[in-house]
Amino acid sequence: MEPKIDINFRKEILDVLNCSRRGHVASAFSIVEVIKVLYDEVLHYKANEPAWMDRDRFILSKGHGCLALYVILAEKGFFPKEELRKFCAPEGILGGHPEYGKVPGVEFSTGALGHGLPFGVGVALAGKIDKKKYRTFVLLGDGECQEGSVWEAAMCASKHGLSNLTAIVDYNKRQAYGSIYEVQSIEPLKDKWESFNWAVKSIDGHNTDKIREAFHQLPFDNKKPSLIISHTVKGKGITLLEKESLWHHKSRIKDEEMAELFKDLAKER
Amino acid sequence: MRKTCLNCIYELAKKDSRVVFIGSDIGAGTLDEFKRDFPDRFFMEGVSEQNIVGMAAGLALSGKIVYINTIATFMTRRCYEQILLDLALHHANVRLIGSGGGFVYGPLGATHEVIEDIAIMRVIPNMTVVAPADAEEMKRLMPQTLEWKGPIYIRLGKGGEPIVTLPELGFDIGEPILMKKGEDVLIISTGIMLGCCLQAEARLKKSGLSCGVLHVHTLKPLNEKVFLKEIKNANIIVTVEEHSIIGGLGEATAAIIAEANFKKAKRFKRLGVPDVFPEIYGSQDQLLEKYGLTADNIEDTVLKLREG
Repeated sequence: MEPKIDINFRKEILDVLNCSRRGHVASAFSIVEVIKVLYDEVLHYKANEPAWMDRDRFILSKGHGCLALYVILAEKGFFPKEELRKFCAPEGILGGHPEYGKVPGVEFSTGALGHGLPFGVGVALAGKIDKKKYRTFVLLGDGECQEGSVWEAAMCASKHGLSNLTAIVDYNKRQAYGSIYEVQSIEPLKDKWESFNWAVKSIDGHNTDKIREAFHQLPFDNKKPSLIISHTVKGKGITLLEKESLWHHKSRIKDEEMAELFKDLAKER
Repeated sequence: MRKTCLNCIYELAKKDSRVVFIGSDIGAGTLDEFKRDFPDRFFMEGVSEQNIVGMAAGLALSGKIVYINTIATFMTRRCYEQILLDLALHHANVRLIGSGGGFVYGPLGATHEVIEDIAIMRVIPNMTVVAPADAEEMKRLMPQTLEWKGPIYIRLGKGGEPIVTLPELGFDIGEPILMKKGEDVLIISTGIMLGCCLQAEARLKKSGLSCGVLHVHTLKPLNEKVFLKEIKNANIIVTVEEHSIIGGLGEATAAIIAEANFKKAKRFKRLGVPDVFPEIYGSQDQLLEKYGLTADNIEDTVLKLREG
């Protein structure tokens, strides 16, 4: 049986999209379950004290998936929910990519790909130097794994045995132009990370039980950084988004298109 | 200058546990004492500048003060987006120490020469850019890098440059130093070019011409007030830099002069490397000679401008 996905959370994302009529909605939909489990059950944080020294760090390296991050941060109380209505507006703090210093709870400004993992390596190393117990999580896009800097950081993390670092690849198989297999396949993905000396597990990234199980097994190896390959569907929950690459980033979304997205999401599956 | 700089980092590490050092793949034995005394704060991470800068940002935003050293070309060009976004956008306390600024690696060709580093670093918001003239000035600079906010790019010379700076004139990041007070002429220099500028000044003085020499060790932030104060009284202004004439000291000075709208026009010339990849191999001195970055040419340039 196909696992139940979080329709309400996705509706929240559509509500935000509806205000700005632009954004990477399909990229946000593929990471919903992973982000929910992280913030509901895994990460230690204090929403009213975002810079709390002992917090776990979450870095959304695929910054274009920020609609999902904004919705969860607002839900957890990092900032008032009204901010969501000002997505991409001059009077708001939430841009099309998340920015450190502007958005409480955002650890690092991302949007340019290939930056999150090197940064995460530094954060995890600092934790080791200071003998802190916090953990660092970096969520990467699959297309992002085409960036060389990801693999420089992968080498560095395993050299230092950063078992306090976990990377998650949101393997939704589609990038802006189309299928990742046609643009530039990253296979064999599991073998690649294992050969870089990471401990790797693959999961269904829409199955909350499996996600929870994987996070609770961390670190997969006490001497290695952990990598979760999260198999997902880009745009999961809306047929149009799942099928159509043009929805990778969309601007000037029309009334009738918005209506169709809401209708499709509400559909019985 | 590099040795002094690295020694200073070791000294800073001794007194401040926030100090971390990262190298890429630099000379064997570099900072051995640092590695011996603070092994958990010493990193040699291989030829991976993008990762090194990102990692430095992560360390800095976790409370560390990070010093990175590699060859200036790779320190600036190779990881430019990481410098701009990971460091500057985040006001990260990371110090980028670029070895072999300008033509130091002249025999190795265009891959290793760096004549555009100042331009590409200057244009980044929140960035500080410093090019000291000699090892003694480096000693005065380095302690100030500990508490300075945001990223700093420090351009190193070859090493063994004659000591031309003076301790009594002090040193503050961002404050140009008036090395010589003059009347009609002002020579403005940065980095190791100060040496030839002072030589040119001495020769011109012998022929009865009083020249000021302004040493701009910090190219950003640029204290425009001091610039204007010194420029105001000079009729002839020459800038001298071991750098492209595009985007460096010369252009910065030209902009200040243009916007000051002086009633009487200044006579002005930029000396630097023209808009080319260096056409010959050779020592730093041979390349400086080719592009007219010598005391002789500074002297000639001043005299020609004077003749009008």
